[in-house]
Amino acid sequence: MKNITEIRWHGRGGQGAKTASLLLADAAFMAGKYVQSFPEYGPERSGAPITAYNRISDERCTVHSNIYNPDYVVVVDETLLESVDVTAGLNPEGAIIINSAKNASELKPLLKGYTGKVFTVDAGSISRKNLGAYFPNTPMLAAIVAVSKCVEPETFMKDMEESYKHKFASKPYVVQGNLDCLSQAMKEVKE
Amino acid sequence: MSIRDRLSGNEAIATAMRQINPDVFAMFPITPSTEIPQYFAQYVADGRVDTEFVCVESEHSSMSACVGAEAAGARAITATSSAGLAFMSEMLFVAASARLPIVLAVACRALTGPININHDYSDSMAVRDSGFIQIYAENNQEAYDNYLQAHRIGETADVRLPVMICEDGFITSHALENIELETDQDVKDFVGEYTPENYLLKAENPLAVGPYGVSGYYMEARVAQAEAMKNAKRAILDVAADFEKKFGRKYGFFEEYKMEDAELVMILMGSSAGTGKAAVDELREQGIKAGLIKVRVFRPFPGEELAEALKNAKAVAVMDKSEGFSACGGPLFADTAGACINMENRPKMIDIVYGLGGRDFTMDQAKRVYARLAKIVETGEVGPVYTHMGQRDKRKEVQ
Repeated sequence: MKNITEIRWHGRGGQGAKTASLLLADAAFMAGKYVQSFPEYGPERSGAPITAYNRISDERCTVHSNIYNPDYVVVVDETLLESVDVTAGLNPEGAIIINSAKNASELKPLLKGYTGKVFTVDAGSISRKNLGAYFPNTPMLAAIVAVSKCVEPETFMKDMEESYKHKFASKPYVVQGNLDCLSQAMKEVKE
Repeated sequence: MSIRDRLSGNEAIATAMRQINPDVFAMFPITPSTEIPQYFAQYVADGRVDTEFVCVESEHSSMSACVGAEAAGARAITATSSAGLAFMSEMLFVAASARLPIVLAVACRALTGPININHDYSDSMAVRDSGFIQIYAENNQEAYDNYLQAHRIGETADVRLPVMICEDGFITSHALENIELETDQDVKDFVGEYTPENYLLKAENPLAVGPYGVSGYYMEARVAQAEAMKNAKRAILDVAADFEKKFGRKYGFFEEYKMEDAELVMILMGSSAGTGKAAVDELREQGIKAGLIKVRVFRPFPGEELAEALKNAKAVAVMDKSEGFSACGGPLFADTAGACINMENRPKMIDIVYGLGGRDFTMDQAKRVYARLAKIVETGEVGPVYTHMGQRDKRKEVQ
């Protein structure tokens, strides 16, 4: 049963956590996997905490509940560390990846005694530098791939290039910025 | 040759609609089914279908427009959820009694109140007596496959009934998963053209649709409609057999999972069944004889077949994802218990209402259901027959 990688995303409405979860599923699908990507829906509004999920496996997973014991948690907005129990049920053999300019050691005290690995990546700066705007979900997508290897990173980069070319067919000038976001985040995500 | 893809339940249903290319789509949006007409509107704009896409002012009107179009001899469809289904309910009875094989996609969502956009079956269960055939899906693949079968079932000559294709709101409608799609041509070949024998615009044989039925004739019309619903059972199996021959995926009235020697049986519908199957797998590894039945076709209700499938069961939990306020159990329980009433060795049976308004159904809950069944078999005591599971206050729950 546990040949499934389970990922939980925490973000705020408008930051693209749901979209990142869809893109991760897309990348895993292109790499030949079975995927699930689903958000937890409520009364949606910008800035409110939202949760999205991924299951990635070699065989179809029939479970359709939310994920309570994820292998990985991605925090797209570090202010959520104060208000949401982001490490709830998180596998100590797994990892949490936080969008922050700080070091992991500075954030650990906020993680309620989580004993697993803590990674950070400054997705905000990476996004501003390459896209000129705050789209933290793209760097976070690369960070979860780099840490979890749920998709082979090289395959991922190739598939994403195809995917962006298709998705941004009407505005090809944003393709390179997005790809640069991915490769910079992959390099800079650190424990 | 199937096409490997990944789609949400809503996009899967919209894709099936595009491939079928119906004559009329009367649309009014409501969460979580809104994406279905949204995707379809794109197909219309891109010229991929030549459907008459009518934006009406309410769900009562969307079903009315479908009634008019279908009576005129066209293939008419729509989609809705929750309050929208409740609002069109008057016209659902009209569509069914006028014997118009409209196909309605429902992304099932709770009814108010409190107001809630998430999934349960309070909408579709509230209209279970409307005369629509109702078919439920576990995931996006089944939603797609059920939709491909719907028109043929409804349009069968001795059936002629409208069909509701139900998926779980958000859980299925908005979740991206792998899916096997069929080619446009294969779908067209499978579904075929709609050639009704009689219709309003047939000049050589004019007819009235929806006239008054005096007491001297009303009952005959209702009995004929009841016969049509019985005939639908055969049509559903025939179309499923043909579907399996063409596309390789097997469907029936319900799916039996590890039922060969099962003593403890959970009966449920929709996406929860997938979670239930994973729980059965775990329990089987511990040597517990757990099995599961997923009801796919709720109207017509496969009573005799269910009773047959339960003949070796010792204890059965029927899981209702709607609260019928009967004070003695939900609608799936009522029908299942009724179906078993004349069995030689009836299993003990309980009803558990769960998952209301999007309350998550988990592996842990599924395992607790089987633990309760094991206790019933061990003690011979049924305990409370009708309970609720997944409440915030665990002390209120029967273990």
